[in-house]
Amino acid sequence: MAKMMYRDAVVSTIAEEMERDENVVCLGEDIVGGMGTPGGPEAIGGIWSTSTGLFGKFGADRVIDTPISESAIMGAAAGLALSGKRPIAELMFADFIGVSLDQIWNQLAKFRYMFGGKTKCPAVIRMAYGAGYNAAAQHSQAVHQILTGMPGLKVVMPSTPADVKGLLRTAIRDDDPVIFLEHKALYGMTGEVPDDKEYMIPFGHARLTRAGQDVTIVSTGLLLGFCEAVADKLAAEGIGCDVIDLRTTSPIDEEAILDSVEVTGRLIVVDEAPPRCSLASDICATVAEKAFAALKAPPLSVNPPHTPIPFARELESAYLPSTDKIEAAVRKVLSYR
Amino acid sequence: MQLSREALLRAYRQMKVIREFEERLHVDIQTGEIAGFTHLYCGQEAVAVGVCEHLSVEDKIVSTHRGHGHCLAKGCDVNGMMKEIWGSREGLCKGKGGSMHIADVDKGMLGANGIVGAGSPIGVGAGIACKIDGKGHVAITFSGDGACNQGTTFEAMNMAVVTKAATIFVFENNHYSEHTGFEYAVGTQKDIASRAEAFGMKVWRGDGTDFFSVFETMREVLEYVRVPGNGPAAVEFDTERFFGHFEGDPQRYRGPGELDRIREFRDCLKNFRKSVTDAGVLEHADLDALDTEVLAEIEESVRQAKAADRPTAEDVLTDVYISY
Ligand SMILES: Cc1ncc(C[n+]2csc(CCOP(=O)(O)OP(=O)(O)O)c2C)c(N)n1
Repeated sequence: MAKMMYRDAVVSTIAEEMERDENVVCLGEDIVGGMGTPGGPEAIGGIWSTSTGLFGKFGADRVIDTPISESAIMGAAAGLALSGKRPIAELMFADFIGVSLDQIWNQLAKFRYMFGGKTKCPAVIRMAYGAGYNAAAQHSQAVHQILTGMPGLKVVMPSTPADVKGLLRTAIRDDDPVIFLEHKALYGMTGEVPDDKEYMIPFGHARLTRAGQDVTIVSTGLLLGFCEAVADKLAAEGIGCDVIDLRTTSPIDEEAILDSVEVTGRLIVVDEAPPRCSLASDICATVAEKAFAALKAPPLSVNPPHTPIPFARELESAYLPSTDKIEAAVRKVLSYR
Repeated sequence: MQLSREALLRAYRQMKVIREFEERLHVDIQTGEIAGFTHLYCGQEAVAVGVCEHLSVEDKIVSTHRGHGHCLAKGCDVNGMMKEIWGSREGLCKGKGGSMHIADVDKGMLGANGIVGAGSPIGVGAGIACKIDGKGHVAITFSGDGACNQGTTFEAMNMAVVTKAATIFVFENNHYSEHTGFEYAVGTQKDIASRAEAFGMKVWRGDGTDFFSVFETMREVLEYVRVPGNGPAAVEFDTERFFGHFEGDPQRYRGPGELDRIREFRDCLKNFRKSVTDAGVLEHADLDALDTEVLAEIEESVRQAKAADRPTAEDVLTDVYISY
């Protein structure tokens, strides 16, 4: 085990996989950073420092710095994937999927199905998502609910450096298109990461990070840490929370959620995306359908409000679900009837 | 020099306001009081002002993530802008947009934009509206050299030609898109204007560090586009950005001495001062007086921004179509 930052887990996993398999290639805006400038290539190494050093190690054929052309980046990833390569395309900010959505949604996601299962499409699309930097409405969104709703895509949301390692490796070796969502506010998070170059976490397997008998809290990404903090606080009062880190929202580990709710009878879903047609509403509906008899209180979701993301500090912190709001939700389901 | 004394003083003042507004932001950002991403326009003032000095409030502009200069040149209120960037509820957009999303539609300023390349199609729409209204008004979209690589820009250029929109694509080539060089990212390795030419547009080119070059070029471009039926045009200005891509950018992609050189030889304010004083139309003292006035104005805007009301949690839910 080595201690490593979330962002370093990204770059080291990519490097290990590029070493192992020469078909793995990277592309994206500024992933080299400094191309065509006096400072020379690698002046930057990716705006999130998640590709630092790759160009020097693997060269221009395998680490492709692109113009600002998201549609072409995603389309090129599709073409590379159909031609036997394993592209890892970086979409700087998740918000920019708007520009490239057709290539992701109608192309990448649908090839396997439309081509009668006769093709593989091993592309990974990495993007930084999430609020917390006062980057306002066009640079702060959590987009997983849109992408999770698209058949043909796998959607991964790691919440620790170790999970980055295990899930990104699985993503790169997966033969289907995988959306890999990195939370900007987690890039600096440090944690133990297994050294094993074969360390992989299968998709669709949630992780129980806190165990308790009274309430099930489901989350992932940045907000998982908030949920853990609430669970730890309430544990001191004798309230037990199961905290479930989904890790992947497509496929989703229904079994882990249902098993937990069977015991606790109470469900809270904490989700960074807006409430309507969200991951939270989907999970609440699933539990209502499949574990209705076990429920002692209505399932509750904690989301931001149904608004674009505001800029000012006060507004953004009011927008994001907080530990206070999560704690209030736990108390609410506990006080039901 | 065909401009009147008043026009020259006004142009200089406008450029100076942008310069000092941003130099001040650059300082205040270091204290951590200003949140979010800020992209400074310093160095490119001659373009915003040289373009907007020709426009009336009915003419529209569409801006970029580097939008402060365009906003100020188009007449957005200095105090409202400063308050917005400081995140106050008294800001131009109530603290909801911040630096990257300032707009003031009443002033014909249709928005800065956090999405690179998103402006061009919007500019085409506004340009079609101008054409329909038939009053000789135009819509102008500012884009960087990086944005010219977006599909949206290509689509917008073609659609502008097809619809004969009264629209102008103003490309500000500052040689960098974020940290990537123009020579690398623009495949023609030549210029941006020639791309517009390929779409069948009449194009112009000018020196974006020289106010007079921008102003005179834009006079011609506007004369052309304001004629009903002529349709769109494009213009490329070669310019410089004095600060990093965003505030906090260490600028490792720059060459040694590059910033000093451009500040010395490619500063539109210095160049302006030299031209007008060499020509004997204005005295240094005239400009110095304006400098003092502008500094006081910026100081006052910061004072107001610091004192202004902060937004509260309830404000998150206003101005949205529906709240659940
Ligand atoms: C669709 C989209 N892709 C990428 C970005 C990130 N980004 C912001 S500014 C920028 C560079 C823009 O370069 P250019 O158009 O030359 O304008 P300049 O910054 O030089 O003013 C990039 C890549 C973005 N905001 N939107």
